[in-house]
Amino acid sequence: MTAHAAVGAPGARLRKLFRRHDDPAGTPRLSPLWTFVAWLATLAFFAPVAWMVLTSFHQEADAATNPPTPLAPLTLDQYQLLFGRDITPFLLNSAMASVISTLLVLALAVPTAYALSIKPVEKWTDVMFFFLSTKFLPAIAALLPVYMIVKEVGMLDNVWTLIVLYTAMNLPIAVWMMRSFLAEVPKEILEAAEVDGANLPTVLLRIVAPVAMPGLAATSLICFIFSWNEFMFAVNLTATQASTAPVFLVGFITNEGLFLARLCAAATLVSLPVLIAGFAAQDKLVRGLSLGAVK
Amino acid sequence: MTTLTAPRKTAPPPARPRTRSGVSKWRRRIPLLPALIFTIVVTQLPFVATLVISTFQWNILQPGDRHFTGLSNYAFVFTDERLRAAVLNTVVLTASVVLISVLLGLGLAMLLDRRFVGRGLARTLLIAPFLVMPVAASLLWKHAIYNPDYGLLNGTLNAVYQFFGADHGPTVDWISSYPMPAVVVSLVWQWTPFMMLILLAGLQAQPGDVLEAARVDGASAMATFRFITLPHLRQYLELGILLGTIYVVQTFDAVYTITQGGPGSQTTNLPYEIYLTMFRKYEYGEAAAAGVVVVLGSIVIATFALRTIASLFREETSR
Repeated sequence: MTAHAAVGAPGARLRKLFRRHDDPAGTPRLSPLWTFVAWLATLAFFAPVAWMVLTSFHQEADAATNPPTPLAPLTLDQYQLLFGRDITPFLLNSAMASVISTLLVLALAVPTAYALSIKPVEKWTDVMFFFLSTKFLPAIAALLPVYMIVKEVGMLDNVWTLIVLYTAMNLPIAVWMMRSFLAEVPKEILEAAEVDGANLPTVLLRIVAPVAMPGLAATSLICFIFSWNEFMFAVNLTATQASTAPVFLVGFITNEGLFLARLCAAATLVSLPVLIAGFAAQDKLVRGLSLGAVK
Repeated sequence: MTTLTAPRKTAPPPARPRTRSGVSKWRRRIPLLPALIFTIVVTQLPFVATLVISTFQWNILQPGDRHFTGLSNYAFVFTDERLRAAVLNTVVLTASVVLISVLLGLGLAMLLDRRFVGRGLARTLLIAPFLVMPVAASLLWKHAIYNPDYGLLNGTLNAVYQFFGADHGPTVDWISSYPMPAVVVSLVWQWTPFMMLILLAGLQAQPGDVLEAARVDGASAMATFRFITLPHLRQYLELGILLGTIYVVQTFDAVYTITQGGPGSQTTNLPYEIYLTMFRKYEYGEAAAAGVVVVLGSIVIATFALRTIASLFREETSR
């Protein structure tokens, strides 16, 4: 009995992972023909990613053949070469910039969202739309003054410069997302707790936190994704010390002999954290991308 | 629920001394002040600086020659051939990427809205292009797919030709022959999942009973789509198009990696042109003026976007 359960558990978990979007029985089924079309389209979209990962495990000579040789022997050489060519500091800078900026965003956004939903200030919608409007300013228009100020104060090529910029870049998204999650905290329970004389920390810990936790996780994953992938500020404001993972890839822009397999390994490696974060947050991805407007 | 709370709202608030209510107003504002001040300092002040710089003749290669020129940078921006080309390229690039990815995303969303074998897995795989780092994705397309000698496109063509007995397939230099489509395709690949996710959320928010009623009344699939699904999806389509436009207008990574704006300036869009003006020509004044123009253009799009988000938002808060 127990052995059976132990065998069944991982399968059940896998099934849950892939089936969780299935609605109750009411959803109509696709006909076999359309199922075929759906899978064909899916595989067509996924093919470049699959090709990238596959090529990253090939030798250079096998990667650059024409016609392609997908069945060539597999190797970890390209990944070893990458770490030999010091991709590590780039990954560490990326990790530092995205993790610290995400923590800062949460520290600023959670109290803001609280003041916009649970204990709303006057004209709180105006405040919301002010935050949102800053997201619509094209970053390129800020590049010049930011570059000049950063250069003036000697902060070029410094991870903290990126941290501040990424915090500002993600703050509106986080405020909107967190507000939409905190708005789900039932008002009656908050009022009841207040009537019972519960103090603020108790209310936050016992009532707000349980409802807001999944939202907090989703918000941090979204902020992490955007910071990790950011390129324009990273490439223009860093040189040698503070360069992040996307900047490492700049070296691959021009052809340099046989380098396709190594490029694919680098592309896979730098994309891996976001692929993991994105798959983990896929239920909440759309809510973050639409700034909480779509659930 | 609403009937219970409604009377309480209309009841007059308990009378409080004026000073207390002022204090409590400020107490409510305190939690949002740090974020507000931070956002104003980091996002609004640079824009003010851009406005100021845009009125100067300022090239860092000529350090002595920095002076106020009024609006002459704007006159330059609106008459310069290169910038006009960049505006046109931006419009073409953005419009084609957004429209194609909305259409593809709509098709995929409608398929994924139904049940089929491995639907959850298909959805997970479809999100992947959006999660690959944009610079990595651009490089992947440039070298692993478009490369004329060993790219996947020509490689597959060659394999198909050889399968049918030909010596060698055609060797197309995709990026030089079709620079703009090459950039567009790589961006469509990245943005279709985004559109799919938003439209799928829209489809799944569709009230089931209305669809059921339409089915019972014998409405055809086409009629149901045309008269029920499409009107319901309208605001989701708008949201996808507007958010997509705001992000794609800012495209920098793909142009920087795949074509460097070339050949000539055939794929130079505004962000890349501003970058060139700043870091290749060192014309700070011109770059700032071009930046202001981009911001004004974005405000027009953003106004529509904000209106759509506000209507979705009102719906949500009134629920």
